[in-house]
Amino acid sequence: MAEKKEALFSKKNRKLLSDPLDSANPISVQVLGICSALAITVQIEQAFVMSLSVLAVMIFGNIIVSILRNLIPSRIRIIVQLVVVAALVILVDEVLKAFLPDVSEKLSVFVGLIISNCIIMGRLEAFALGNKIWPSFLDAIGNAIGYAWILVAVALFREVLGSGKFWGIQIIPESFYELGYMNNNMMILPPMALITVALIIWAQRSRNKDLIEEN
Amino acid sequence: MQDLVNIFVKSIFVDNMIFAYFLGMCSYLAVSKTVKTAVGLGAAVIFVLGITVPINYLLENYVLKAGALTWFSEDLADVDLSFLSFIMFIAVIASMVQLVEMIVEKVSPALYGALGIFLPLIAVNCSILGGALFMQERQYSTITEATVFALGSGVGWFLAIVAIAAIREKIRYSNVPAPLRGLGITFIITGLMGIAFMSFMGIQL
Repeated sequence: MAEKKEALFSKKNRKLLSDPLDSANPISVQVLGICSALAITVQIEQAFVMSLSVLAVMIFGNIIVSILRNLIPSRIRIIVQLVVVAALVILVDEVLKAFLPDVSEKLSVFVGLIISNCIIMGRLEAFALGNKIWPSFLDAIGNAIGYAWILVAVALFREVLGSGKFWGIQIIPESFYELGYMNNNMMILPPMALITVALIIWAQRSRNKDLIEEN
Repeated sequence: MQDLVNIFVKSIFVDNMIFAYFLGMCSYLAVSKTVKTAVGLGAAVIFVLGITVPINYLLENYVLKAGALTWFSEDLADVDLSFLSFIMFIAVIASMVQLVEMIVEKVSPALYGALGIFLPLIAVNCSILGGALFMQERQYSTITEATVFALGSGVGWFLAIVAIAAIREKIRYSNVPAPLRGLGITFIITGLMGIAFMSFMGIQL
């Protein structure tokens, strides 16, 4: 970075970090990256590992594309971005297979699908291509965390209500079941992920009226 | 033959890309405001899936899989290139999408205008890459089976997006709670449709 006029955590840069958490959240506002977000939220562990993978791919992807931004001809930029992301995802996939084989098994095709996760492409297109390295780095972190908290929140609801567990540990005591409490098997099924996200969107938009859409 | 019909029906209804795996949700949510654009994008997805999955099937079986290169030389029997599959698949998909884009621009400028930014984004539509990855994971035994699976998934995606677009066109006249308007209600409807589609589960022909 040649010029150091701007402080590392100036107000603008802080906004890059904080906006994606709420008012520009990638999932509930920008509608990016829903594809993989919903399918792997049955358990918190999966959601957490997925979020970490996305975080890693996003940070490096944003940095690399931001470094290359003046070299990439705009006609073939999508292919260049895809190759950068695909290479990173292969790395992540190999790491997961080596260190967390059982989670990797459960995530199955969804690790590969990080490549076509719209969040990553969307941020590369919209931000990294036009900004310097440091802001791109912050943007990546902000968006990945914005993505992660929704993922983990949805997984929390689904795992606790659906199988009475938190991170694989039973938290709803046996005595509840004896009194007639039952796990809501519905929560484990895919459609409930959508409805849970809808409820999060509902809550968020009733708090922040600016986000309400016309139709 | 029966196997093929079975794969086809299964990939449309039981393993529906949208309702069972949420693949391609981004464009599904963004382009489903009117039926007309939804039909265009749906058709493009069927087309791209129908082309890319067979190509990727050939790549997988003759280049990438462990021992797939034996047709080339016996010495390559223990070469396993499957770690390259992501990058190969996405390269095939990206180039095919470029092709489709050029054809649509030539044949139907109106459709091209309506689809706008979303056509290049088919390259990053998860359902296309997802189709290739499911093909790899489920190990279809012939290229015909893989193609039938691809077309079935495409048709399933098409049905889903056209159905949600039709519902969204009507729901404009309903009094939805303000914070749920747009995105929220679309999610809920998709969830309900997903529950309805689950009634197909276990169907075997």
